[in-house]
Amino acid sequence: MAASPVLPKLVGQRVKRREDPRLIRGGGTYVDDIALVGMQHLAFKRSDVAHGRIRSIDTSAAKAMDGVEAVFTGADIAQFLPPMPIGTPFPSPEHRAVAVDTVRFGGEPVAVVVAADRYVARDAADAIVVTYDTLPAVVDVEQAMTGKPTVIHEQFANNLAVPLVPSGTGAAPSGVDDSAVDAAFAKADVVISQRMVNHRLAPSAMEGRGVVAHYEPGKETMTIWSSTQNPHILRSFIAALTGLGQDQVRAIAPEVGGGFGAKINIYGEEYVAAAISKRLGTPVKWSEDRSEAFVATTHGRDIIAYVDLAARRDGTVLGLKMRLIADIGAYNMLLTAAIPTLTMMMANATYDIPAIRTTLTEVFTNKTPTDAYRGAGRPEATYFVERAMDMLARELKMDPAEVRRKNFIKPDKFPFATQMGAVYDSGDYEKALDLALKNAKWEQLKAERDAARAQGRLVGLGLSMYVEVCGLGPSAALPTGGWEHAQVTIERDGRISATTGASPHGQGNETTFAQMLADQFGVPLEHIRILHGDTGVVKQGIGTFGSRSQAVGGTAIHLAGAKVKTKMAKYAAAMLEAHEDDIVFENGTIGVKGSPASAKPFAAVAAYAYVPVPLPPGVEPGLSDEAFFEPVNNTYPFGCHISMLEIDRQTGEPTLLKLVAVDDAGVLINPLIVEGQIHGGLAQGIGQAMIEEVAYNEDGQLLTGSFMDYAIPRASDFPRFELDATVTPTPCNPFGAKGVGEAGTLGSTPSIVNAAVDALSEFGVKHVDMMLRPEKLWRIIQGGRS
Amino acid sequence: MAQVSMTVNGRVRKGQVDPRVLLVHFLREQLRLTGTHIGCDTTQCGACTVLVDGRSAKSCTLFAVQADGSTITTIEGLAAEGELHPLQQGFWEEHGLQCGFCTPGMIMAAVGLLHDNPKPSEREIREGIAGNFCRCTGYQHIVNAIQHAAGQR
Repeated sequence: MAASPVLPKLVGQRVKRREDPRLIRGGGTYVDDIALVGMQHLAFKRSDVAHGRIRSIDTSAAKAMDGVEAVFTGADIAQFLPPMPIGTPFPSPEHRAVAVDTVRFGGEPVAVVVAADRYVARDAADAIVVTYDTLPAVVDVEQAMTGKPTVIHEQFANNLAVPLVPSGTGAAPSGVDDSAVDAAFAKADVVISQRMVNHRLAPSAMEGRGVVAHYEPGKETMTIWSSTQNPHILRSFIAALTGLGQDQVRAIAPEVGGGFGAKINIYGEEYVAAAISKRLGTPVKWSEDRSEAFVATTHGRDIIAYVDLAARRDGTVLGLKMRLIADIGAYNMLLTAAIPTLTMMMANATYDIPAIRTTLTEVFTNKTPTDAYRGAGRPEATYFVERAMDMLARELKMDPAEVRRKNFIKPDKFPFATQMGAVYDSGDYEKALDLALKNAKWEQLKAERDAARAQGRLVGLGLSMYVEVCGLGPSAALPTGGWEHAQVTIERDGRISATTGASPHGQGNETTFAQMLADQFGVPLEHIRILHGDTGVVKQGIGTFGSRSQAVGGTAIHLAGAKVKTKMAKYAAAMLEAHEDDIVFENGTIGVKGSPASAKPFAAVAAYAYVPVPLPPGVEPGLSDEAFFEPVNNTYPFGCHISMLEIDRQTGEPTLLKLVAVDDAGVLINPLIVEGQIHGGLAQGIGQAMIEEVAYNEDGQLLTGSFMDYAIPRASDFPRFELDATVTPTPCNPFGAKGVGEAGTLGSTPSIVNAAVDALSEFGVKHVDMMLRPEKLWRIIQGGRS
Repeated sequence: MAQVSMTVNGRVRKGQVDPRVLLVHFLREQLRLTGTHIGCDTTQCGACTVLVDGRSAKSCTLFAVQADGSTITTIEGLAAEGELHPLQQGFWEEHGLQCGFCTPGMIMAAVGLLHDNPKPSEREIREGIAGNFCRCTGYQHIVNAIQHAAGQR
């Protein structure tokens, strides 16, 4: 036979994405692109007060409109839809998808319209008249903890969703022993104490949420399309709340236009769409508009920390105390209560801190509920610790790089059991720091900063380390189960289809997973298709969040592929009259080691497996197998981000001049895609530091309810990011990949605030809370103090 | 209802619309050209950008009746069947997209930018697409993609 072309190894290469041809032609199908015959449109009437009892709802005008099929109030919906479950083991108040008696945040649904088109549905929702007995609203989290002026859920005194959870050194279920922490502070030369706010953000995926639900009464099946990060979890919850079995529900995440954690939660609108479709026997669609997204899609962050850091005069950190207060908004959502626990978990940061006490209190306020947002608890931990480390460096007049270097967990101490109960898998923090310092030309930058200052300019440098917990995670750590599933099938024509439960929304899994399989089977990339996002096609799965797709989902693909490959080798061995251990897969053929001339085309072996005459002994027909991969541990990627910032002395406006990032995500499957992930994370981390903030007035009215008021970064806001990588493989999976989706949000934010404080150092500033609003900086420059 | 007629991607298309119907809804729902997306309701994000008489415009800011008689190009009509426009090619080569939702609008805005300024500086590119939001990429690969299309990479 003719010699086959030599196929290059693809893992580790900058392979162009296979998703892109359809997306750059406008050929992707997102939820709002779906149209079904007879489909009705939903519109929600939402509360315009932050807290109140519903006195009356008049739906008569809405019901009388042409094209309106039905109007349901919360009380109507409650007849056929139970309260919404959460996904964490924390106590939670009853939460109805559509409020029945009381509304607890502005934007909470109070009624829903079903109509023939979206314009009519909106008109009808606007025609519903709701009157409220307004109750006092509470928006300040520390005020809410006093129980004044209002208690949002009767059974949660002082609005405490989680009264106080201790963690860290000496904390056990039996009790808390503070002696080690107290001793550390007693022998400290210097203690840094600071209240810090990690403020509230709106995740703002460019595609809002959307859902199409189609219950077919004859078949007794529900198909639900949703812009979700985890269709299998959606399927489970929809089945439970609509009284169907999981076998009767098919959940489809078609093209998903970004998620950033906010599309993990299963939302009221999804339950309502499914329940109404089942009740009316008609397909229904709901598409969130942007104004709705700002109130109806979960927010992120919003944690206050009281941080105390104890150290010796030489910079050695002796102890850390961190009292966390999380403002979770009006209700518990799927993972709400668990997110701030990740902040506690990562309090050890990259440092060998011998004694740590953290406590966490979670508090209800009259705001949109919080849940995961890119980084989800880890950027908060990084911010608090890295700000404190920077304050320590400033106090001791040490270089911020050197105070960090002095306290790193050393490479020979991995796996490293932290004070917080985590076991860091692998790390070499000094290597990442040194590469970042070298790439940034740290000493030269300091000279440039000083030269600029000599001209009267306000220029600052900031540095931050980070370590995050990724590859979530063993099932013990995740109520959904922490595994991922894959099935690999060699089709009869020799093409490969593989399903993954890691349902992507921009991460490029169709490319990276295909790269892995191409190498594994020695076939061209073009012969492989990765299928995802459809529970009718993908048998099992968890989803894409916590930077887990590659580390967990990718490993499942690899393991399923290995099973199929073993079986295919048996068929090849039978065809070639060789031993299966001598079979090699390369360049689109399967042959015997050392005799390439005998090799059979890959497709010929595949065809034989489906018409197995003769059937090799002990082998079943066909080539398809599955794997559930349960990781033994999380992965812990890390890195170092350096920023240079200038503040305009006249206006207070900050400008980011430079951002250098070194990220260690372990072994990279596709460095091009990894760079894209880091860029995106940096943009969101910078956005938090500099321009993004969800703001409410004292009545609980959202002040940042559109893109006119909530500033998401534009291309013109950024310099060109300077990226580099160190590679410290994880032992937790065969590829050594750690995960990278959230990394950019961790180091960038504190590095920028550190730079801002440095820039303002001539005014004696020790700390400034984000975001860096020009007015706030201008006041400092004018002689105020922060 | 009002009668509208416009040339969309080279074909004359007619329709009956309520005068309040936005151009983007006419394109998406009546003509089923769903490549043009909707990302906000205040004309900030640019996901709905199309070419109207050769200039990039946000189709959520026009009523369909205002586009009566116009020539419209959407992402679906940017290149001939089986071919890619240089900007589409640039976005593919340079990993200029992740979730892909902003991409059609971003590409159409970049078409307008390069029409006005075929060899823009990086700063001019960043300013030129400041009316289009992307939440995934941090824009760096989008800048590279536009430079690629402009023959600068």
